Amino acid sequence: MSMSGCAAVIPHSAPLGLMNVLQVTILILVAAGATAVVLVRDPVRQVIALSVYGVLLAVLFLAFQAPDVTLSELTVGAVVVPLLLLLTLAKVRRREE
Amino acid sequence: MNPAVRRWVFVAGAAGLAAFYLWGLTGLPGFGSYPGPYGDIINRVAVAQTNATGVVSAVNFAYRAFDTLGEEFILFAAAVGVSVVLRHLRGERQRPARDESMDRNVAPTSDAIRMVSLILVGPTLVMGWYLATHAQTSPSGGFQGGVMLATAFILIYLAGEFLVFERISPLAAIDAAEAVGAGGFAAIGVSAVAMGLPYLTNFLPLGSRPGAVSSSGTIALISFFVGIEVAAAFVVIVSELLEQTLLSRQESR
Repeated sequence: MSMSGCAAVIPHSAPLGLMNVLQVTILILVAAGATAVVLVRDPVRQVIALSVYGVLLAVLFLAFQAPDVTLSELTVGAVVVPLLLLLTLAKVRRREE
Repeated sequence: MNPAVRRWVFVAGAAGLAAFYLWGLTGLPGFGSYPGPYGDIINRVAVAQTNATGVVSAVNFAYRAFDTLGEEFILFAAAVGVSVVLRHLRGERQRPARDESMDRNVAPTSDAIRMVSLILVGPTLVMGWYLATHAQTSPSGGFQGGVMLATAFILIYLAGEFLVFERISPLAAIDAAEAVGAGGFAAIGVSAVAMGLPYLTNFLPLGSRPGAVSSSGTIALISFFVGIEVAAAFVVIVSELLEQTLLSRQESR
């Protein structure tokens, strides 16, 4: 079965809606944030950008009605992962010096 | 392969990828459509079956509790792995952190950071504890609550010194908490088996009223144990890495 043929036979559980303004905005912001993380070349600044990106992702999940994932992303993505990366950077730099 | 050939191979590959990608995009279901039957079924029956109004938790800790047990042990294994990799080896000796470059002083923790961190410790602890123990009534759960509890420990590190952090989170106690959390989850499952029920069956009384804190049987209990396990696992990982960074080790020759 072709992929395009599939869509027609799938029963829709809810009437299809359009994304609201908040959802479109946050999708664009997340795309911009992800690009910024890639473009920042200094590792320490990159970690801070990653942390901000984590907050953006958390808002994205909230806008798409997944508050449980928001809570996880807020703590893991915005706090714990950047902290682990910063600690690793501190360790690696000391060895380099 | 010379650069020209390589470029043509790339162009052909990229064109193929783009074609398949666009073809795939045209077949995507519309925004907001949910093709599977299970979500709708769960939405209809979950509250009546479990007395938990936090349906996400009911799914995580009852309907697919076995999957969650696996995820739990992924984190457990990660914390154990960090502990094993960063353990003290024979021939390694530890020395306290000192500034590696002698021509400058270590900047002291600023009062602003210290104050904000100290102000946030209490609310973070309460929030984490609330999230971990109210999975049955809200879209929270042990994982979110546990990570937030661990964040409170990290705030104490930010506000004070590493030594204070070490004193309030002795590794032996944290290791024990992690084991109790992971073991508690598995033990709830085994208790069901001991009663002649399938593994992880919700065998506790569900409470009379959906949405009450005391409702939902083992869902609340499992969430509580997950919270302990997750908080301990994150504190273990962070404090092992802190120790690595702050106490530099040198190999003796």
